[in-house]
Amino acid sequence: MEMSELLKELNMDEALRDPDTAHLVIERNRVVSSHWVQGLEVKTEEIENGVEVSVRVREGTVITKPVHFCFGVTHKRALQRIVMHVHVERGAKIAVLSHCMFPKAEDITHVMEADITLDEGASYVYREKHIHSPDGGIEVYPRATITLGKRARFATEFELIQGRVGKIDIDYAVTCGEESTMEMMTKISGRGDDDIKIRETGYLVGERARGVLTSRVAVREHATAEVYSKLVATAPYARGHVDCHEIVQDQGVATAVPVVEVKHPKAHVTHEAAIGSVDTKQLETLMARGLSEEEAVEFIIQGLLS
Amino acid sequence: MKILSLKQVNLSLNGRKILQNLSMDFWKGRVHAVVGPNGAGKSTLAATVMGLEGYRKVRGEILFEGESITNMGIEERAKRGITLAWQEPARFEGLTVETFIRASAREKSDAEIQRVLQVVGLNPDEYRNRAVDRTLSGGERKKIELASILAMRPKLVLLDEPDSGIDVASLENIFEAIRVLRKDGTTVVLITHSLAVLAQAEHAFLICDGTLIEEGPMEQIRPYFEDKCIPCNHKNIPEIEGEEHGDE
Repeated sequence: MEMSELLKELNMDEALRDPDTAHLVIERNRVVSSHWVQGLEVKTEEIENGVEVSVRVREGTVITKPVHFCFGVTHKRALQRIVMHVHVERGAKIAVLSHCMFPKAEDITHVMEADITLDEGASYVYREKHIHSPDGGIEVYPRATITLGKRARFATEFELIQGRVGKIDIDYAVTCGEESTMEMMTKISGRGDDDIKIRETGYLVGERARGVLTSRVAVREHATAEVYSKLVATAPYARGHVDCHEIVQDQGVATAVPVVEVKHPKAHVTHEAAIGSVDTKQLETLMARGLSEEEAVEFIIQGLLS
Repeated sequence: MKILSLKQVNLSLNGRKILQNLSMDFWKGRVHAVVGPNGAGKSTLAATVMGLEGYRKVRGEILFEGESITNMGIEERAKRGITLAWQEPARFEGLTVETFIRASAREKSDAEIQRVLQVVGLNPDEYRNRAVDRTLSGGERKKIELASILAMRPKLVLLDEPDSGIDVASLENIFEAIRVLRKDGTTVVLITHSLAVLAQAEHAFLICDGTLIEEGPMEQIRPYFEDKCIPCNHKNIPEIEGEEHGDE
């Protein structure tokens, strides 16, 4: 399957033809297609096994339509490394819709190394959706270091519910400046022998900084998941919340380690974690409406990950 | 015509007898009420008829349309047309009202989703895309659960405390839903200790300590219940039941 066919399947081809929508399509270590709009500067350089991308959103620029990124490998075996530098300047706003596609993966490693800086009042919303092959055969290593300036807003949503996970090891760290806001949501569904590790850390260092770390994970069959979510608040009126919910079915194993550290008497951080099988009342409600147990479980998991 | 019959049904939970030799007949297309004080065994009765986990070790027999369902699980009972509305409905993170109703709907059209939401007094445009989670009040979830039951078009529905968490203004929506169910030919079993809800029924059972005390037309049962004049050695121990299913 070629990249163009994949894009068509995702209904992305239309967006890619739109002159007002910026996009970047990378297949393995090759930039297949790119298009930029005013105020958005992007440089790409092909490196060994990947591409280095530098994104700059100029001061005050508001990109009205979501920018489309697509990183993929259409081969069965490959290493893909994406090195991403993002700088959203003062008052600029950008939203990115990113697809990572590995439909034929048998032995693929995908590494993402990102450093992201948001200046005062900047906003960066990043939605990343992974589409893997039904057989696993892939290892994914997303790494990101994010720094938020005063009143900046960073929101990210990572979704991997289509195809097998294989192995994923996410490691994100965000430092939140004064009155900035950070929201990170991760949704992953594992089965077979999938191996899921999520490490997310937020440092609320600025006065009135706010952060929420949310994870929703389902593990079935023999899949395993470890979720480490940490929020450290060191400034007055910093507010944070860690929310982790994992559903375990069959022989799946899940671990959640929420850590909250408060180093200022006027800061406040909370956490909640729930791990277990599907809630009995939810299950019985759906079964009392005529769904089979399997259908009800699937329904509940899909809801959790939706 | 009988649709559901309990024949000398006994159920013990944690070594304590909750239902004792209960024999009851429910008639097709009628609205029945099961009334009694807190801890009488009303919600346990509903859970037992639905076959919920922990409520299946029954002595005696439960017949639905002449067939024994005593050893059947929830799914099989639901497929035969029995359903239950919980006193406190479940929350479903991530599921929209529309998806939730559609899952149980016999007819899955948009018009049907709209119809059932309107019956329970919810504006479809406002509610269909909302999540069935903690952002909804208990009363709203109750109405949505009732809407899903209307869409399912069951043969028999057990409504456990249908007015709990419902404000006075919305009570009429619940009663309208009961009328619609009846009009559709559904047998309705109201588990209640509310006189207003009891008044919707044609026939009622008065139970206490898991034992049937009296049954008859609603008007006949109402004075007993109203005056709390129950001639039995009732011991109200709400902590024994009600934790799971809300019978306080």
